[in-house]
Amino acid sequence: MTTIETAAGPAEPMVLNMGPQHPSTHGVLRVILDLDGETVLKAKPVIGYLHTGIEKSCEAKTYSQCITLTDRIDYLAPLSNNLAFCLASEKLIGIEVPKRAQYIRVLLTELTRISSHLVWLGTHAIDLGAMSVFLYCFREREEIMKIYEYVSGQRMMTSYFRIGGLALEPPPGWLDRVERVVEAMPGHIDQYEELLTENRIWMARTKGVGYLSPDDAIAMAVSGPLLRASGVPYDVRKMFPYSSYEEFDFEVKTSGDCDSYARYKVRVAEMRESLKIIRQAMNKIPSEGPFRAEMPGIIPPSREEMKTSIEGLIYHFKIFTEGFAPPPGEVYQAVESPRGELGVFLASDGSAKPYRAKFRAPSFVNLQCLPKLCEGRLIADVVTCIGTTDIVLGEVDR
Amino acid sequence: MPSQEVGKNPVVEKLRDWDSQAVAEVIDFRGETTVVVPPEHLLGACEFLVRNRDLAFTYLSDITPVDRFPLEPRFEVNYHLLSLDRRERLRLRVRLAGAEPIVRSVTSVWPTANWHEREAFDLFGIRFEGHPDLTRILMPDEWEGYPLRKDYPVEGYR
Repeated sequence: MTTIETAAGPAEPMVLNMGPQHPSTHGVLRVILDLDGETVLKAKPVIGYLHTGIEKSCEAKTYSQCITLTDRIDYLAPLSNNLAFCLASEKLIGIEVPKRAQYIRVLLTELTRISSHLVWLGTHAIDLGAMSVFLYCFREREEIMKIYEYVSGQRMMTSYFRIGGLALEPPPGWLDRVERVVEAMPGHIDQYEELLTENRIWMARTKGVGYLSPDDAIAMAVSGPLLRASGVPYDVRKMFPYSSYEEFDFEVKTSGDCDSYARYKVRVAEMRESLKIIRQAMNKIPSEGPFRAEMPGIIPPSREEMKTSIEGLIYHFKIFTEGFAPPPGEVYQAVESPRGELGVFLASDGSAKPYRAKFRAPSFVNLQCLPKLCEGRLIADVVTCIGTTDIVLGEVDR
Repeated sequence: MPSQEVGKNPVVEKLRDWDSQAVAEVIDFRGETTVVVPPEHLLGACEFLVRNRDLAFTYLSDITPVDRFPLEPRFEVNYHLLSLDRRERLRLRVRLAGAEPIVRSVTSVWPTANWHEREAFDLFGIRFEGHPDLTRILMPDEWEGYPLRKDYPVEGYR
């Protein structure tokens, strides 16, 4: 243990245990702090309190059954997780998803990005003492949850994306609901910015706090807004486009300031970019057309076909009892979740269950840089630093 | 799945030119390249891939072990590398014996490997030589066994 100099002579630093039950750790994160007065000398995150063994469970389930587990990894962005797992499975099998399903996937994952950033903004603001922003953010998030519910039947654990496409035909009039949200959202974002962007307390609490240099950001392999706020323009949607992202026109927002305020600016700008993508997707989505690829024996037939043809019935039965067996091999598929690069590694041994499923959780990797962000600063800044990394403990611990 | 087009990838060629011993096998599947590296060459190959300016695999996305029990060598460790400058991914793989799975840590090359290697140690029991703090990360410290090994039951009492 290091010693510190005090007026009364050399002394040992005080060790403070922050969490796992602490409101500003956004779940069950524990941080062991070595303190000299109020200055943090050393911070050590301790994780694992929410470990549920999802990767082990996946090995005992068929590919389609695993989708329901992916919702529970990052419960603020369930559709991004569904998408990552479905894309990885599709890559493994070699399925081409119909354009209509791809655009709907893009639209819904961008809505997810907005709702996740809203939760981040609201909770980050409440951590730093701005209560009203939290209430507004949750009001808008509720409207997005209603769209999920209308489309998939579930508010949170949607499991709406399936291997080969979507679970259901979206209900009539759903785009009108999306339209209403997209119409109102820019005004709401202006409102949050009015409350925070020039707010002196907000600026004092975030500017210069949690500095992460571009070199450190790459060395620690952080991703998402955390990396982009350090000036590195890495966005999976641009670098390795998936689900037809190459057809959409949007910008990767970056900032060179590398602090918590820069991350706030980047995330707010990202919400506006997501709205742009949603607008384009709304125009692109054809009103008619298949929402699932056709691949007998792997992708379930339509209800109609299942009830009227004997092959359809047999395939339907086999898919839901035995599952299907992709060829042996390994794939890695990454998507840009609201938190960064969410990767799914699937290893198949030619059986109906994944031999190994690994989720490269952006929160897990991003949290690793927490000591870099808060060492040398005050205890109060630790709260800012945890908030600014935007972690979801369900995803950290899996 | 061995490929017929072994050696077409320029990155693999560069690695082979640097040290022909470093490339044991090249696997192409669904457009992804996997280079199997003998464990003793792993650290050197990683340093080469990062430092060489034409390659610049400065970003380590992920480390994923796979347990091939009861086959030998039992463990595979996959390193997912990314070059931000060249927009390219590469997977390195080492194969480790089941009796004593041990490999050199790559934390000196990519500091981010720290937690990934702790996770691999925690869930698979793979040891990383030269790791600064190789302790359990997700499971409790006093836990016995390595849950993601194939001979570890999915459910039931221990």
